[in-house]
Amino acid sequence: MASIRNRATAQLALSPAVILLLVWMAIPLAMTLWYSFHDYQLLMPRGNAFVGFENYVYFLTDPAFLQSIGNTFVLVGSVLVITVAGGIGLALLLDQPLYGQGIVRVLIVSPFFVMPTVSALVWKNMFMNPVKGLFAWLAQVFGVAAVDWLAQVPLLSLTLIVAWGWLPFATLILLTSLQSLDTEQKEAAAMDGAGAVARFVHITLPHLARAVTVVILIQTIFLLSLFAEIFVTTNGGPGTQSTNLAYLVYSQALLRFDVGSASAGGVVAVILANILAIFLMRLVGRNLEV
Amino acid sequence: MTNAMHGRHKLAFTVLAWIVAVLVFFPILWTVLTSFKTEGAAVAIPPKFLFFDWTTENYAEVWQRTDYLRHFGNSVLISLGSCLIGLCAAIPAAWAMAFSPTRHTRFVLLWMLSTKMLPAVGVLVPIYLLFKRSGLLDSRTGLVLVLMLSNLPIMVWMLFTYFKEIPRDILEAARMDGATPGRELLHILAPMALPGIASTLLLNVILAWNESFWTLNLTAADTALLTAFIAAFLAPEGLFYAKLSAASTLAIAPIVVLGWLSQRQLVRGLTFGAVK
Repeated sequence: MASIRNRATAQLALSPAVILLLVWMAIPLAMTLWYSFHDYQLLMPRGNAFVGFENYVYFLTDPAFLQSIGNTFVLVGSVLVITVAGGIGLALLLDQPLYGQGIVRVLIVSPFFVMPTVSALVWKNMFMNPVKGLFAWLAQVFGVAAVDWLAQVPLLSLTLIVAWGWLPFATLILLTSLQSLDTEQKEAAAMDGAGAVARFVHITLPHLARAVTVVILIQTIFLLSLFAEIFVTTNGGPGTQSTNLAYLVYSQALLRFDVGSASAGGVVAVILANILAIFLMRLVGRNLEV
Repeated sequence: MTNAMHGRHKLAFTVLAWIVAVLVFFPILWTVLTSFKTEGAAVAIPPKFLFFDWTTENYAEVWQRTDYLRHFGNSVLISLGSCLIGLCAAIPAAWAMAFSPTRHTRFVLLWMLSTKMLPAVGVLVPIYLLFKRSGLLDSRTGLVLVLMLSNLPIMVWMLFTYFKEIPRDILEAARMDGATPGRELLHILAPMALPGIASTLLLNVILAWNESFWTLNLTAADTALLTAFIAAFLAPEGLFYAKLSAASTLAIAPIVVLGWLSQRQLVRGLTFGAVK
């Protein structure tokens, strides 16, 4: 149907976006790759010699690297567990007939729209501060010792802050999926004498599986490059206890001015993300009707 | 089941849902409440929930002592600017792929998605150095550019899923009548595409407003957005909870309200159409 002229117009219409993204992706990535094989110190320009895999060896054998990989996985994993489990619970609750459902929904989705720097600052000072925070007051009320959250359990604290922001996202997506569930199927199962638990396990959960996968994959993309929350609360510390891969690369580049090894770290981060991306692409691609 | 039982169930779920909702919302509520306290009342133990002397002095002070308005202006300008420029590239691209798909369309769409999965730290170093050399560091132009590019894949995808739903027959008919692509766009597509474009704009403004990797790394005093302004607040003012709360409330209020309006689009946009 489409004539040749139409097709040409379509190609022309498509090209600005394609070219922009191609440039945005190819040039900086190529530069990162190039830097990663060169000795490049921002403060000491000394010829930028080719050093082979030296930067990679330096970055990968840095004890902070292994810890940052571990921290990245702990952060991503625990936030995922909290948000998916909590999200399913909240979605099931919001799917019930309620008084004031609209307001309940608005209250629950709100944290997602709070900018990360604000949520990190509010949690850090007004909740987790060991002297003046609300948690310290709660500890006092219950007669337990106050915890210096960000110093004693930095990863747990960060998990809490980040999970609070992403719980609404998971809830909203799972709720949307839940509402597309065929009610007739549930009613038929109920007529057959299936209890609430059986209906949940055999009908609701399989229906949610797809949405859960989407939530996990999309959150993983964003959580892998978690940065602002760490930047505002712990600066990766104490020591490197709460440094994730993104923060480690940032500190190599802009705090230690070691462009070469920061770039090697960037390449590692890209490879890691790509492995995960493959799964998401398969999932999204499968039901893409063009 | 009887009606009375239904009613009781509904009541029980309502109570539970409201408790959970207030708990989830509490940090925001607490920030807003604290912003109306005096500094003394803000750190009082036991905490004062509603019974304190309400004051607006924190807002007055934040307003006067910091360049709140300038940062707010930066946030508006940069998030809106990056989205509007992005739309100029995204609309034609999504239109082309939705209405004149080729055998490459699927690949192009998935490739665009893959650029969104590129972690920002992977390109932080070169972007930082390129910006430094070309004077784009700490400039509005530079940030508009970066935010536009990082949101472009989401824009194209969202628009694509909306455009797909426009009935093709109408377009075919118009083409049979000899409508040029220009007329086709203006008279037929535009009115039907406008809601989708508006949703796309809304969601991407929210994403750009809250974006905090690039805004923290590429700005300094001059062009700092609200994200960076708040982060900088922690050094000198971090100990003053009431003022911190006032600044935070000012920074999040506009976008939280916009967010309430965009819940549905959020699901669609951020799942790349996989969940509707």
